[in-house]
Amino acid sequence: MNAELIRNFCIIAHIDHGKSTLADRILEKTRTVAERDMEQQILDNMDLERERGITIKARAVRLNYTANDGQTYTFNLIDTPGHVDFNYEVSRSLAACEGALLIVDASQGIEAQTLANTYLAIEHDLEVVPVVNKIDLPSADPEKVCKEVEDVIGIPAMDAPRISAKLGTNVEEVLERIVTDIPAPKADPDAPLKALIFDSYYDSYKGVIIYVRVKEGRVRVGDTIRLMATGSEFTVVETGYMTTDRLVNVGELAAGEVGYIAASIKSIGDTQVGDTVTLADNPCAEALPGYRKVNPMVFSGIYPADGAKYGDLRDALEKLQLNDAALSFEPETSVALGFGFRCGFLGLLHMEIIQERLEREYNLDLITTAPSVIYKVTLTDGSVQYIDNPTNYPDPSLIASAEEPMVKADILVPQEFVGNVMDLCQDRRGTFKDMQFLDETRVTLKYELPLNEIVYDFFDALKSRTRGYASFDYELMGYAPSKLVKLDILLNGEIVDALSFIIHADKAYGRARRIAEKLKENIPRQLFEVPIQAAIGGKIIARETVKAMRKDVLAKCYGGDITRKKKLLEKQKEGKKRMRQLGTVEVPQEAFMSVLKLDE
Amino acid sequence: MTGLYFHIPFCARKCPYCDFYSVSYSRETAEAYVGAILRNIRAYAVSDTVDSVYFGGGTPSLLSAAHIGKIIELCAARYHFSEDAEITLEYNPTGNRADYLRELRAAGVNRLSVGTQSFSDEELRMLGRTHSAAQGMAAVRAAADAGFSNISCDLMLALPGQTKEILRGSIRCLSELPVTHVSAYLLQIEEGTPFSQNAALLSRLPDDDGAAELYLHAVSALDAAGFRQYEVSSFARSGMRSRHNLKYWQCEPYLGIGAGAHSCFDGRRFCVPRDIAAFIEAPVQPEKLIDAQPCMQEERMMLALRTTDGIPENALSASARKQLPMLCKAGYVRQGSGRIFLTPEGFAVSNAVIAALIS
Repeated sequence: MNAELIRNFCIIAHIDHGKSTLADRILEKTRTVAERDMEQQILDNMDLERERGITIKARAVRLNYTANDGQTYTFNLIDTPGHVDFNYEVSRSLAACEGALLIVDASQGIEAQTLANTYLAIEHDLEVVPVVNKIDLPSADPEKVCKEVEDVIGIPAMDAPRISAKLGTNVEEVLERIVTDIPAPKADPDAPLKALIFDSYYDSYKGVIIYVRVKEGRVRVGDTIRLMATGSEFTVVETGYMTTDRLVNVGELAAGEVGYIAASIKSIGDTQVGDTVTLADNPCAEALPGYRKVNPMVFSGIYPADGAKYGDLRDALEKLQLNDAALSFEPETSVALGFGFRCGFLGLLHMEIIQERLEREYNLDLITTAPSVIYKVTLTDGSVQYIDNPTNYPDPSLIASAEEPMVKADILVPQEFVGNVMDLCQDRRGTFKDMQFLDETRVTLKYELPLNEIVYDFFDALKSRTRGYASFDYELMGYAPSKLVKLDILLNGEIVDALSFIIHADKAYGRARRIAEKLKENIPRQLFEVPIQAAIGGKIIARETVKAMRKDVLAKCYGGDITRKKKLLEKQKEGKKRMRQLGTVEVPQEAFMSVLKLDE
Repeated sequence: MTGLYFHIPFCARKCPYCDFYSVSYSRETAEAYVGAILRNIRAYAVSDTVDSVYFGGGTPSLLSAAHIGKIIELCAARYHFSEDAEITLEYNPTGNRADYLRELRAAGVNRLSVGTQSFSDEELRMLGRTHSAAQGMAAVRAAADAGFSNISCDLMLALPGQTKEILRGSIRCLSELPVTHVSAYLLQIEEGTPFSQNAALLSRLPDDDGAAELYLHAVSALDAAGFRQYEVSSFARSGMRSRHNLKYWQCEPYLGIGAGAHSCFDGRRFCVPRDIAAFIEAPVQPEKLIDAQPCMQEERMMLALRTTDGIPENALSASARKQLPMLCKAGYVRQGSGRIFLTPEGFAVSNAVIAALIS
């Protein structure tokens, strides 16, 4: 294949600015998908992605386009995750491209992820082609948005295609721009193989399928490949390109091309995104730059609501991990919740997605514990511990100093909500760094915030304080010393380990009170009074009481009909299964979950 | 010993709190319905001795005494009745029906369950009852005059706006009347009834704590008036417990005939669909099986724990036994001569206590 006729590109955009819709139109216009087969947002094929309108895992498809110059070009469209949790995956997808279409909503303008992703694209030397979408909206102002792109991002945008991906308006112009504005790959097919892994997934018949961008050299069926980060070697069984619904085995991929390799790889752990593929008998001198192992930042205990489902949960996590190397888990035991897993996630969204997929796709009923970050604790003997589980937090008398992870956060918000957002960041122990006007009405705020303040319910709080208008992005910036304490919750005098968490001392009192109140609301009255206490060390800082129930009786029994009583008894038994018995106290799973959403 | 239950699903008007099966009364339907009952009496073989008959509703007192008499007569002819069989009929206290009561007595009915519900006119109006407090009292006296020496009255607890004073007033009336038995039950708001849609009324309902207070107050006031509690909702003067109702709690057999009637008979629980036309038409009433293996240990315990006799302590599982000290300490359960039984406080939360004891 002539590399001059290849265009490798991705689409970057803030959530909901129309990335997937434009991808659909491009597939349609290049007849990659017959119109009658067109299902909306064809690249997002997980249910969850469709519902949430986000892209979780990158996809890539090959399509052909005959341009106005009469030549037929091969386009490789690489879809990227739009969310901050998957930033590293985004960066690897970008590294597989020469150009990026930057979609900006004609009525919304630039948002936090627009900026974050554009800077990432520019860092990777991509040619950024701005496209203004949703011009059909009554509130669209394409001129203003183009000017904003020029002013804020600093790339020429006044001649950007103005399109409506929804209606298909001016999509041809975008296709021409891909040909004229995005450079062909610079490629040497005769050099030793050097290919970038930008995605992988597990296929139950073929093993792990890796998606690669061949930078130099070529790979053929039968070659022995080496994955440079892990050093593991495999024999190529198939290689070729992807359409929207299948893999096409053509036997060879050459420099400049994007495609897949199947090599009977058993574990997705071997195929780290960002790793370099080379040939075992003719390796390249050095790997492609930028590889790093992704590390989880947020941890949470996940337990089956029904203890008997522990094995099912383990199987489900193992299956999810096949396609998601960023998910980590190891068994843990809780006095309150029994057997479960400590799971690590890239971020909050990642955590929510995994929990939802476990519940939906594997039909599991879960109890999750409050998300925790990794705290760095220096003990009096000088040793350093990293704590991701509050249960393991050392006794305060042994702690010399404690540190917590911090993030740099960018928040874009209409000016009228700046006060609300500043209050929120203040409340979340944020340090104000900078404020800039994007235009007359919109402001970007820069804050440094402790990660543990945003893993809770920051997104929800931000949304509710800005009527949904704020957008938010963050990156990790390291550790900072902090006054941390471990807060314990006691029911009927017994510590409930699954409810313990680590918190800044100044916020412990308020949080303790709210948790006690929430638990009171969510623990049903039972035969005996249930005292709820929150304590730091031995000191009680909040308390509530669930009064004993007084009335719970079926008085009537007409004509010997006892069915209602029997049903009730069955229901009670069923209900007990959903309860956790802690000493004499029965705690419904909702009570454990309720303390995760404390925003008033 | 077996009990017979006849369900008479006719009502002159539907009470706004009731979700029990009933249809409006007509002579023709009643005639056909009684015919179907008689047909069913012939169809079922009851080899056991019958020691109780119960006419429940609906409003059985809408049937003529002749109809009632025919049913009793046929039962006596077909089945073996014990000497002292208890024959109860639920009687609606509306109107002055001295003759009717005498006819009932003559037909063999020896126990009357009078639907008094309350002796407060205000409460009776709210309940949509067609009788007044005075009519309720008159009905009880008329029944006694007609020769009934075993009279039960219904008393509703935890009504909207009910106070202890109102309740005490009703109980005082009961104590002054020739009443031997009281069924005192907590109002339950049933889905789909007019009550469940009456926001003004619902807003005046006592909360759970208030309802429990009223219940416990009723238990002690009835006790003081000589009505000893023997089941969650049942109270009797000495020796006057309802033999028929006890069958329900003691897992004894009873055969129910009529649309909507329930049976625990011939080793199975079944009910007849709530369809009066189907009942009338069928040569033998259609049975819907509920339980092919009734009266297993757990069910027996669940039912027996509703009575003050309770269950033998050794019937408890090991895990239930562990709960016992706490349940006793909290005053829900008492132990005595090898048995355990619920206290009034325990009855008020009996769903939870029984669930704990059966676990």
